[in-house]
Amino acid sequence: MTKKPKLHIPKAAARPGDTPDFSYLNLSKAGTVERPSIEARAADIEYLALELVRVLDDDHVAQGPWNPQLDKDTLTEALRLMVLTRAYDDRMHRMQRQGKITFYMQALGEEAVSIGQGLVFELEDMMFPAYRNQGLYIMRDTGLVNMMCQCLSNSRDMCKGRQMPVFYQNKKNNMFTISGNLATQFPQAVGWAMGSAIKGEDHIAASWVGDGSTAEADFHYALTFAAVYNAPVVLNVTNNQWAISTFQGTAGGERRPFAARGLGLGIPGIRVDGNDLLAVYAVTRWAADRARSGGGPTLIELVTYRGGAHSTSDDPSRYRPKDEWKAFPLGDPIERLKKHLIKLGHWSEDQQTGLELEMKTTVTEAWKEAISHGTMTEPPFLDVKLMFEDVFAEMPDHLKKQQDKLLKMRGESS
Amino acid sequence: MSQMSMIQAIRSAHDVMLDKDPSVIAFGQDIGYFGGVFRCTDGLQQKYGEHRVIDAPIAEGGIVATAIGLGINGLRPVVEIQFADYIYPGFDQIVSELARLRYRSSGEFFSPVTIRTPCGGGIRGGQTHSQSPEGIFTHLSGVKTVMVSNPYDAKGLLISAIESDDPIIFFEPKRIYNGPFNGDPDQPAVSWATHPKGEVPDGYYTVPLDKAEIVETGSDLTIVTYGTIVHVAQAAAKKAGVSAEIIDVRTLMPLDVDTIRDSVNKTGRAMVAHEATRFCGYGAELVATIQKECFWHLEAPVSRVTGWDTPYPHAFEWQYFPVQQRLIDGIHKLMEIR
Repeated sequence: MTKKPKLHIPKAAARPGDTPDFSYLNLSKAGTVERPSIEARAADIEYLALELVRVLDDDHVAQGPWNPQLDKDTLTEALRLMVLTRAYDDRMHRMQRQGKITFYMQALGEEAVSIGQGLVFELEDMMFPAYRNQGLYIMRDTGLVNMMCQCLSNSRDMCKGRQMPVFYQNKKNNMFTISGNLATQFPQAVGWAMGSAIKGEDHIAASWVGDGSTAEADFHYALTFAAVYNAPVVLNVTNNQWAISTFQGTAGGERRPFAARGLGLGIPGIRVDGNDLLAVYAVTRWAADRARSGGGPTLIELVTYRGGAHSTSDDPSRYRPKDEWKAFPLGDPIERLKKHLIKLGHWSEDQQTGLELEMKTTVTEAWKEAISHGTMTEPPFLDVKLMFEDVFAEMPDHLKKQQDKLLKMRGESS
Repeated sequence: MSQMSMIQAIRSAHDVMLDKDPSVIAFGQDIGYFGGVFRCTDGLQQKYGEHRVIDAPIAEGGIVATAIGLGINGLRPVVEIQFADYIYPGFDQIVSELARLRYRSSGEFFSPVTIRTPCGGGIRGGQTHSQSPEGIFTHLSGVKTVMVSNPYDAKGLLISAIESDDPIIFFEPKRIYNGPFNGDPDQPAVSWATHPKGEVPDGYYTVPLDKAEIVETGSDLTIVTYGTIVHVAQAAAKKAGVSAEIIDVRTLMPLDVDTIRDSVNKTGRAMVAHEATRFCGYGAELVATIQKECFWHLEAPVSRVTGWDTPYPHAFEWQYFPVQQRLIDGIHKLMEIR
């Protein structure tokens, strides 16, 4: 025998010093992928998982059957929300660099995922986000000040100081609490959606994971249970090409797109240009309408690029080319929507400059208010008593004793 | 009142709660059409429909995760994990999600999931159908852990667990599903038919989730135990000819310290007994608690009788299991110390 098994170690197309190379991405031309009925059988629409749904062409014109025909107000609101997300990220990233908060994670370059998809869902639908979905929290009225207070772990922290920065929640508007454990929320979203169907309601659930965490068992549990029970859920993979230092091939993205993961279970998959807000909206609308009308789950892969570091604890210059984002063939979602609006005659560069300034001011004012409620180093601080609350619905005796003990050590009384 | 086995009592708890509260959902492998491999949900899908009593795929992690989602959506899932030995794929969802959901979200989100699971040995189940992993769960912050020892408690505690807004890990020692076991494998099996705790009310009642029970009062020593070993301890004390106060802990977390303290302060001697392995086992917490609470009343070091620190062996079941004779030996040894 001359042939032997050979271990394949996936290799990123480009590392520091190399010329960025995205030739591995299968790109369809805008407007060329067919749009089936929401009643189509998964087996008949497998092409959707392999091709790339795109609406905006290279000249920033909307093309083809997936054009969602959004009106001017919706498009400008989407642009505003993306610009606001980026301004918020920019501020919080800098505040971490200045030592005001302990940690931060930007959504730089992938803002269209949260905003484009978030525009589709109803407020009664339940969102199970990942840690780069801050755009969803922003658009579902979590409040910039509240989000900043969470990052500051200050006296107004919605999590009472229990979570690292960016792990928000907003129960009132059906935004689930973010877990640091990857993909755990994916099957939970399926369970929530099953509950909706059990109760006879038409509310749906949506959840997000990254390309890297599709390797987790929870991702596969989610797909299996969603398929078995035909759960009304939209499952999303934000493929931003990088999971810290490992490229999407290390999670298994080399052979087939992540969107194809559900095909074996009969779950339709759609691979979409994640930086094309119109395409993102259109495929999400298709999946949401399908789920809401009893058609069951859809798996959407949003092809985008992580423009920033994984987190403020990460240095991507050690594992990928510095200018890789610039070479990403799907560009920048804000630039693309802006140019589309300009092309339509609804927008101008001056208006864009004005919007960016306005969002920056909004964020700056929110920050001023947030720090007035304290920081990790400046009062007012959270009451340390809170450490013992919410472990259970009612505090058991052993926790009461431990709380008393701590307060005594600190010279306080309970 | 009816005479029930533990299986019938657990089924009755499901029945009462499925009837009483439309948000209660039973969920697990083989529990629907078939009624569970131990028959604990027999007939319930036929009675309440397949949207209330749901067969699940073989994926414990997925079962726990989707149950969490059902709970977040206002339902009250009662999950069966077929054997405690198979709970580990669901462990991350229990530890990182279920246990900490309320805490991490400052009380905004919680999921009132009850996870029932048959545990323990004595049924020739080898290392994959005999484990007692309660100590892994009592170590967590944010879940309550129960192990039942008889039909009356099983029904009352399960109803309390289902009604609780806290997540509960509910261990059911399978050796005593059909009758108490006195720890002597050479004697014929007995049923619950003649046991006073086999007398179970047909309707709704609860047993509190934070109270131990003194199952025998005595003056020579206190045996603190739970699950199957409650019955082994009763038989062993009788044979050893001592007046033992026997405490069934029932809810392992949170622990009813008062009942244990009062008893050991009275008797001055304490033995802790469980089926699970010894090192860092739940008994270590009991010993530490007794040492702290009762130090000046102790006439002998607190002793432990447990499973050995090996995986659960198939061929050596009765050498591994804390059988009656091992408890008798332990009692004699503890009583000899002056």
